[in-house]
Amino acid sequence: MTGVRTLLIALGLAAAAVTGVLAAGEGTAPSPAFRQWPGECVADAPFMRRNHMDLLKHQRDDTVHGGIRPANHSLNACVTCHAVKGDDGHPVTVADSRHFCRTCHDTTAVRVDCFSCHTSTPGVAK
Amino acid sequence: MARTKTAFATLDSRSSRFVRIAGLLAAVAAAGGAAALYMEHEGHVVTGMNNQIVWGLPHVFAIFLIVAASGALNVASIASVFGRTVYKPLAPLSGLLAAALLAGGLAVLVLDLGRPDRLTVAMTHFNFRSIFAWNVLLYSGFFAIVGVYLWTMLDRRMNRWTSAAGTGAFVWRLVLTTGTGSIFGFLVARETYHSAVMAPLFIAMSLSFGTAAFTLVVSALYRIEGRPLGDAVLGRLARLQAIFVAAVLYFVVIQHLTVAYTARGGALEAYLLGGPYAPMFWFVQILAGTVAPLVLLLRPEFNRDRRNRLLAAGLVLLGGLAQVYVIVIGGQAWPLELFPGREVTSAAFDGTLGSYDPTPAEFLLGIGGVAVSLLIVAVACAALRFLPESLADAAVDPHHARADA
Amino acid sequence: MKDVKTPPSAEGRGDTVSRRSLLGAALAAVTLAPGITLYAGPAAAAADGAKRWGLLIDTTRCDSGCSACVTACGAEHGWSDAGRARPDQAPQWVRKVDVRDPATGRTASLPIMCQHCAKPPCVDVCPTGASFKRADGIVLVDRHICIGCRYCMMACPYKARSFVHEPVTGQRPGSPRGMGTVEACNLCVTRVDAGGRPVCVDACAGAGRSAILFGDLDDPGSAISRRIREVAPARIRDDLRLDTGVYYQGI
Ligand code: HEC
Ligand code: HEC
Ligand code: HEC
Repeated sequence: MTGVRTLLIALGLAAAAVTGVLAAGEGTAPSPAFRQWPGECVADAPFMRRNHMDLLKHQRDDTVHGGIRPANHSLNACVTCHAVKGDDGHPVTVADSRHFCRTCHDTTAVRVDCFSCHTSTPGVAK
Repeated sequence: MARTKTAFATLDSRSSRFVRIAGLLAAVAAAGGAAALYMEHEGHVVTGMNNQIVWGLPHVFAIFLIVAASGALNVASIASVFGRTVYKPLAPLSGLLAAALLAGGLAVLVLDLGRPDRLTVAMTHFNFRSIFAWNVLLYSGFFAIVGVYLWTMLDRRMNRWTSAAGTGAFVWRLVLTTGTGSIFGFLVARETYHSAVMAPLFIAMSLSFGTAAFTLVVSALYRIEGRPLGDAVLGRLARLQAIFVAAVLYFVVIQHLTVAYTARGGALEAYLLGGPYAPMFWFVQILAGTVAPLVLLLRPEFNRDRRNRLLAAGLVLLGGLAQVYVIVIGGQAWPLELFPGREVTSAAFDGTLGSYDPTPAEFLLGIGGVAVSLLIVAVACAALRFLPESLADAAVDPHHARADA
Repeated sequence: MKDVKTPPSAEGRGDTVSRRSLLGAALAAVTLAPGITLYAGPAAAAADGAKRWGLLIDTTRCDSGCSACVTACGAEHGWSDAGRARPDQAPQWVRKVDVRDPATGRTASLPIMCQHCAKPPCVDVCPTGASFKRADGIVLVDRHICIGCRYCMMACPYKARSFVHEPVTGQRPGSPRGMGTVEACNLCVTRVDAGGRPVCVDACAGAGRSAILFGDLDDPGSAISRRIREVAPARIRDDLRLDTGVYYQGI
């Protein structure tokens, strides 16, 4: 009896864990550069996956209209920290499908025009 | 009054004539669309527009169509607001043409934006201090009110509201054209525009262009199927046309007088009347677009011939297009005055007349808008009963009164 | 010009920084060079309604042979390369203008950029509100909601704005810009927000002229306010009563 219960609990836990993992990876083609990013994101990964667009738009208005420029929140900060190196060792641009901002967008058919104005490569590497 | 009810009928969309005309219009509209895509892809670098002439040929067409749209409603207004029964059978077409011309004009305006893809932004972000934003509301409202107006005319149960809706549309379009004129009139920076005359000038222009467009469109539609169209209608329109052409001329004179009395008036008048845009002003706007139509419409030896009336309407539209060109392009080419009384030079063309050479893409976009307007009219007339079966004199006016006698 | 291409030296911005530090404004980020910012330190609420940023240009120290400010602006904001655009379509955030009085023959040379009006006509006419004035008086285009209608260019008495006529690549990280929108001098907001001053000011100083003074017009004690009281400079088309934020001395 206890054996069965343990088994059920174990199965339940396993299922939950699998679902959790799946949920965490939802819509994400794991980027090859995952984990190579230094430091911490501006918020935790699940939140970012779901809310980065609102965050960016909010930040955009705060910066452009209010001159509020918190560290790490600018679009260029995102692409700087999330830079993905190409074959030549230099960070790739959005023209390359490996670019961080395309990893999920390409699979979910989201199109953003941000990089027609904003540079898609790290700012420090002028 | 023993008046027979006007019978309305759709155009036969399968007649070869209709198919040919609609096909041609669709082709021109498609060419305009292709030109717009090209401009959007390459950028305005492929146009003649630049940092001084920021509005080019597409704006000329757009403003021309929008101004004509408001005037095309005139026939309906005379019928519903001023109770002239002769025009009643034509009122639905008048409303349709007005909406169609506005749609064509707005299409050109939108496709000439730097970011036409952001149209939703324009719909959701309003700066209520901007005349432009007000115009967006005025244009949307125009469609709504003309739509209601058409409904009251086409749906018998709604007929009793026609007069109210017609009055509403009449007031709305006066405000709309005032708004269009004010886009220019309120620009303090530009001596060529900054004037209160702009609004009434635009209203006069709208009456004239709209009547001419209506005359041509109604004649063309009746020729497609050879439906009878008598002189009673065309003659009345011709007389109105002559009055409106004269009204435009009057405001043009006032416009120039106001300019002549401003600070740099002399130099500016010399530019307007003798500069690079003067030939277009004198020969196309004044001679072909004003004097010639007046002669054709007023001189008894010409004005009985229907072809002369149609020719006059065509000339009015040609002159009108030239007039809008002179206002829009010529007005922008005049350099801004940064230091009154002093000579200014720079690598950015300060102190020099702006130059503008329109490219084929711009022209195609503009003419595509005209085609869109006409295509809307043709398709709508085939789908719904906009056109009376007959506009023969007897059908329009039971007393057979010769309108132009 | 060679000295313009190099980033403005640290000592060039010294006095502004210390003055602002005295005011207690913590720097949001450490700017190493234009566009290169170390993302560290606390956030600052930058656009301050108690300030009004402006420029005073001493045309007597300006020369028609010099365009250091124009070159520096182009490099800072990445608009110098006109690409395929014709000269009359080329981006123009700032331009050098020569003025001559036909009566006296007197000449002057001066840079013209966005005049950062207190009552900007471009803001009034913009249908979407993309043209706006920041709390600290800087007039900007929010290019996220600019639809490219160009009505602001019709309304501006100074021809200060230009339209991006073709696709742009290779933008500077600190200065995004792209086709189909209108742009103009932004008084180097990014630098100003970081406690610095516009790049043209530094470039002019670097060219040995120091004809451009940047500062807070609303602070009676600021260097710019004191100089304005002293020399009673003119403003372009002051008759239009737009209350511009750029003053010109010696015209
Ligand atoms: C200082 C470096 C850094 C900066 C700046 C940064 N991020 Fe991140 N980001 C990370 C790291 C590290 C992770 C992974 C976090 C984790 O796994 O918990 C991450 C995760 C993410 C994820 C989830 C990715 C995935 O595949 O699950 C998104 C989306 C994201 N960031 C977007 C942004 C955006 C948008 C910005 C700019 C506002 C930004 N990041 C700025 C470091 C950064
Ligand atoms: C973890 C996957 C993922 C990554 C990485 C990612 N995005 Fe997204 N992004 C999405 C998804 C999914 C959507 C669509 C959300 C929706 O439709 O509601 C989206 C939507 C957006 C939108 C809104 C689009 C619209 O049309 O409203 C913007 C803006 C955006 N992303 C910017 C970015 C930027 C910039 C980056 C790189 C810094 C980035 N994203 C990286 C998944 C991702
Ligand atoms: C037409 C050009 C253009 C486009 C397209 C554009 N931006 Fe921007 N963006 C700008 C400009 C200009 C600024 C102001 C830069 C400054 O003041 O530092 C800016 C600033 C920002 C900022 C704040 C400062 C910074 O450097 O990050 C954010 C966040 C931002 N944009 C996000 C976005 C996102 C997300 C998109 C796409 C959905 C986008 N932008 C599309 C031009 C553009």
